[in-house]
Amino acid sequence: MKINQKLFFQLGIVILFFGLIGILINNLTINLIRTGLGINFSWLFKPASFALAEHPLPYSSSDSYAWALFIGWLNSLQVIVSSLLLATFLGILVGFARTGKNSLLGIISAGYITIIRQTPLLLQLMFWYFVGFLGLKDNVLIHIKDIFIISNQGIELSGFKLSSEFSALLLGLSIFTSAYIAEVIRGGILSVPRGQWEAYRSLGLSERKGLISIIIPQALPAIIPGLTSQYLNLAKNSTLAIAVGYSDIYAINDTIINQTGRAIECFLILLTSFLLLNLLISNSMEIINRIIINSRKYN
Amino acid sequence: MRRLVSGIVGLAALLAGCATTNQDNSSRLNLIKNRNELICGVSGKIPGFSFLKSDGSYQGLDVDICKAFAAAFIGDSEKIQYRPLTAAERFTAIKTGEIDLLSRNTTFTLSRDSSGGNGLTFAPVVFHDGQGLMVKKESKISSLKDLANKSICVGSGTTTEQNINDAFESASLPYTPIKYQDLNQVVAGYLQGRCSAMTSDRSQLAAARSGFKNPKEHIILDDVLSKEPLAPASDGQDQKLADAMRWVVFSLISAEEQGITKSNIYEKVELAKNNTQLKPLRRFLGIDGGLGEKIGLSNDFVVKVISSTGNYGEIYERHLGKNSEVPIPRGQNELYNKGGVHISPPFN
Repeated sequence: MKINQKLFFQLGIVILFFGLIGILINNLTINLIRTGLGINFSWLFKPASFALAEHPLPYSSSDSYAWALFIGWLNSLQVIVSSLLLATFLGILVGFARTGKNSLLGIISAGYITIIRQTPLLLQLMFWYFVGFLGLKDNVLIHIKDIFIISNQGIELSGFKLSSEFSALLLGLSIFTSAYIAEVIRGGILSVPRGQWEAYRSLGLSERKGLISIIIPQALPAIIPGLTSQYLNLAKNSTLAIAVGYSDIYAINDTIINQTGRAIECFLILLTSFLLLNLLISNSMEIINRIIINSRKYN
Repeated sequence: MRRLVSGIVGLAALLAGCATTNQDNSSRLNLIKNRNELICGVSGKIPGFSFLKSDGSYQGLDVDICKAFAAAFIGDSEKIQYRPLTAAERFTAIKTGEIDLLSRNTTFTLSRDSSGGNGLTFAPVVFHDGQGLMVKKESKISSLKDLANKSICVGSGTTTEQNINDAFESASLPYTPIKYQDLNQVVAGYLQGRCSAMTSDRSQLAAARSGFKNPKEHIILDDVLSKEPLAPASDGQDQKLADAMRWVVFSLISAEEQGITKSNIYEKVELAKNNTQLKPLRRFLGIDGGLGEKIGLSNDFVVKVISSTGNYGEIYERHLGKNSEVPIPRGQNELYNKGGVHISPPFN
């Protein structure tokens, strides 16, 4: 009787849920037809007729909208992956500095985290771009024998060029996310019981060895989930690229919506591409997490 | 797998949530009258066209066109809710019904006007513009050719973006477009030296330059890259609203042709009432002919419009004239009989 009741309720909720979704989808279709916005993807293969400043693969304005979107997705991926690496690196540095014994480093990193976390990301991006890079005007900040140049045209490293838009976005996203990652790492390290420190010290292990083989493995399971959500945030925050003139997928979508009037389709594409990207990130992190948990079990 | 399914379900729910149950098939014009307020989409960032003043009011040519519509539709030019929109938002705002109409320096093009494109309908052109390029005087750049291989700051999601591409491509010149979402960022990028030139409609370049510290250090090149006829727009499926808008704009032009101004409108009404032989004037001012009713407005809509905003020439003088903050010579925007292109069909 009790099981039947439970089953009945669950079934009821499922029917209600899908019914609701059905009504909403039906409603959307009716309204789309009414406003003459019926979903149609054939425009994707027409020439885009706009140029892009940055394209990792060959692109010209006579290529299709679909190709332009793909280039935009690659541009997004480029900035997401590089910021992800840089943010993790910075986050680990700051996180350890914050938990370490050196009180000067501790104060500096605490200040860094406070300032970065308490100001909006959009503002920081604008700052890095308009004040940081473009603020250089015609003056060059660093110029080492044509090998490493920072100017208002971006960063140049022995012939390899990063535009000021990409550099500002990379810097802004990495620094913003690194402050959060530092806190996640600090939380993870502090979650390891105090006794573990005393334990490895009494075993005669060096500080470095103890940290690497005793503390970090125990802190990782607490760090990974927090890290995952920071990575997901970073991927989504990359759409703020539009504020600093970088041609990411969102900025290109913006142009295409204006040229074609296909807002619903463009947002569908945008939503799907971010959903896929973030599923990829969260699933890879899940795998890493599982490997760590399993390795602990058998040790 | 479970996560994928839940993601897709969530996506579907989100999308469906965007839909509204608005299935009212009657004209938006009735809705505006019943609401007793006009919701007008503007830019809000272009001096001379629509700009938010320090006292919180919107001012400019585009804003006065909104006022003319409100005066004609509901008899009060102040009952307007302004919605500042970006270039990318504006058409969706019309199609979803967030705004009643758009008066936001929008270029009239085939794609935008057609049911197979953006599905809008345009009212008559209120400002004839053309795309130009602005450069720093010290750069010694004097034509498009000098800009080969240079960076150009451009607003994204506008016809501007397409025109600059067409211009450089047809001249086989390579260039790098640096795209920003709004004009203020384009200006910042240009002034900070990210680009050698900025491009926009010439009126917007002039408006932007008026706010620079040293306007004289910047020149607008003689190259005109495009025709940019700027016009108000509304939903292409709403014929009734489009008709009303069309004739409100024509009434502004026609009033200028006939020398009817904000200050003499009531004299003209008296004149028309007392002289039955002044047939065209009587029709225009709604004493005879019942023209207003044919487009869903009151017969004296012209009187309401002119008494609140003045004629087209007066609106132009106020915001773009010699003594305004953004002086732009009238040029093409003169009446047809004074060397310009503005003309009104007859009010018959």
